[in-house]
Amino acid sequence: MHPAPSVIVFTSFSGLGFGLLFWLGIGLPAVTGWTAFAFFTIAYLFAVGGLVSSTFHLGHPERALKAFTQWRTSWLSREGWAAVASLIVMAAYGAGLVFVQSRWPVLGYVGAALCLLTVFTTSMIYAQMKTIPRWNSVLTPLNYLSISLGGGALLAGQITWAIWLLLAAGVLQIAAWLRGDRALTDSGTDLASATRLGTIGKVRAFEPPHTGTNYLLKEFVHVVGRKHALKLRVIAITLMSALPVLLLLLPFTHIAAAAAVVSHLAGVLTARWLFFAEAEHVVGLYYGAHAGKAA
Amino acid sequence: MTALPERTDRKLGLVIDLDTCVGCHACVISCKGWNTENYGAPLSDQDPYGGAPSGTFLNRVHSYEVQPPEGAAQLVHFPKSCLHCEDAPCVTVCPTGASYKRVEDGIVLVNESDCIGCGLCAWACPYGARELDAAEGVMKKCTLCVDRIYNENLPEVDRTPACVRTCPAGARHFGDLSDPASDVSRLVSERGGVDLMPEQGTKPVNKYLPPRPRDRLARDAAEPTTGEIDVLAPFLEPVAETPQGFIGWLDRALEKL
Ligand code: SF4
Ligand code: SF4
Repeated sequence: MHPAPSVIVFTSFSGLGFGLLFWLGIGLPAVTGWTAFAFFTIAYLFAVGGLVSSTFHLGHPERALKAFTQWRTSWLSREGWAAVASLIVMAAYGAGLVFVQSRWPVLGYVGAALCLLTVFTTSMIYAQMKTIPRWNSVLTPLNYLSISLGGGALLAGQITWAIWLLLAAGVLQIAAWLRGDRALTDSGTDLASATRLGTIGKVRAFEPPHTGTNYLLKEFVHVVGRKHALKLRVIAITLMSALPVLLLLLPFTHIAAAAAVVSHLAGVLTARWLFFAEAEHVVGLYYGAHAGKAA
Repeated sequence: MTALPERTDRKLGLVIDLDTCVGCHACVISCKGWNTENYGAPLSDQDPYGGAPSGTFLNRVHSYEVQPPEGAAQLVHFPKSCLHCEDAPCVTVCPTGASYKRVEDGIVLVNESDCIGCGLCAWACPYGARELDAAEGVMKKCTLCVDRIYNENLPEVDRTPACVRTCPAGARHFGDLSDPASDVSRLVSERGGVDLMPEQGTKPVNKYLPPRPRDRLARDAAEPTTGEIDVLAPFLEPVAETPQGFIGWLDRALEKL
């Protein structure tokens, strides 16, 4: 898949933003007044900034409201509802904390649940795609949720939670990579099933439909070199999980905490780049891509 | 609504004969010609006369080489457009309801004035049958020429999809695949028509007729009593193994030098 910057930024930042809102919702940290205001501002900048960036890749952003209509079948539509609902509930909850110094716990818990639901719906947009075997797994929602919760805990200053959750996120990330590397082969979809010519003999893409490129090739056929990918995976896991955990284990300083946040964010952006760039869409088979992977 | 209908009254679709397709791309051109000026937004091209042209097409023809365990490789031309799947994943992912499957004939269409151009339906289609138009920002796909097949302003012979009407090899057939007595259904059962990527669970309506083995020349020539090709075989035998006449004289003369 083409790693579109707007979608990478959207999933990374809004994931973190909703993660932070989750922790604020359950009262960790139990802040009020100006401190609460600062936390909520950061969370909303991340969450809303991410959502806005996701509209950049739309062909007709001015019609975006229509995307709220099909929640019965479409995960993208459900994501829209969940995001708006959590932002509204958390705004009311945050207003209580900031302006009247009172915490309305029920509202906070409902908001926190909605925030997790938003991250889950985002992940399901990808996980539902049978056409992209690497994503079509329960590990995709687990990957998104663990990163969101871990990064949120880090931003919320919940050191112990952050350490455990970032470790869990790292393990799940590695699991997703290992499973993902076999996913296309295991899916059973290959050039033989795509053309149904396999009964005659070995199929090879001989000539593409056009000499030039097209939408399908640009959007779906992006091949990352294996060595390149391995290096990026090491960078991603180091920055996203290992380094922040190490920094959190050191005696607390604001510099170390800030470095942990920056490192985590850079790691998540790298991991998300890989999430898209490494994903093999089965349509690539028609163009002779992934021939080395599919049996 | 992007919920799929429980069932459709008919299943209009195409049957594509991989045995007869000669890979001329006439269907690609007639499709683009008809659809760029009819249903919905035109099919734009980018840099059409420059060094890196690209554009929106609803039908593209691939070519594959198939190497059997023995004998010569076979070249198969492979037209591909929307297969109007019964369980169309492209429809259910659409957040706006722009994508839908019609109850009356099973055609999968995009209502372009509702489409936000999110591209998710193209992600969900395993066959690459949907392309986001770079100029219009809306999703384009095969309409099965919905504006031809019911069009009373056209002579009856033209009320088929443009690709079917134009194919010079007769490799494309249009009809109702829910009716077992229809020409297309009979073709599918007689020739063993297949679904592409059945494991994706999309239940395509369009079927593909597999090519028949082609490299039989050697065997048939060895058995001159079977197969049409052998009618000419005796005439194709070399007239003489040794050169005769002027060439024969030249041959002998050169030999003696
Ligand atoms: S071929 Fe692709 S676009 Fe057409 S109905 Fe099937 S999934 Fe949808
Ligand atoms: S690109 Fe248009 S038709 Fe396709 S899913 Fe998005 S809104 Fe629906």
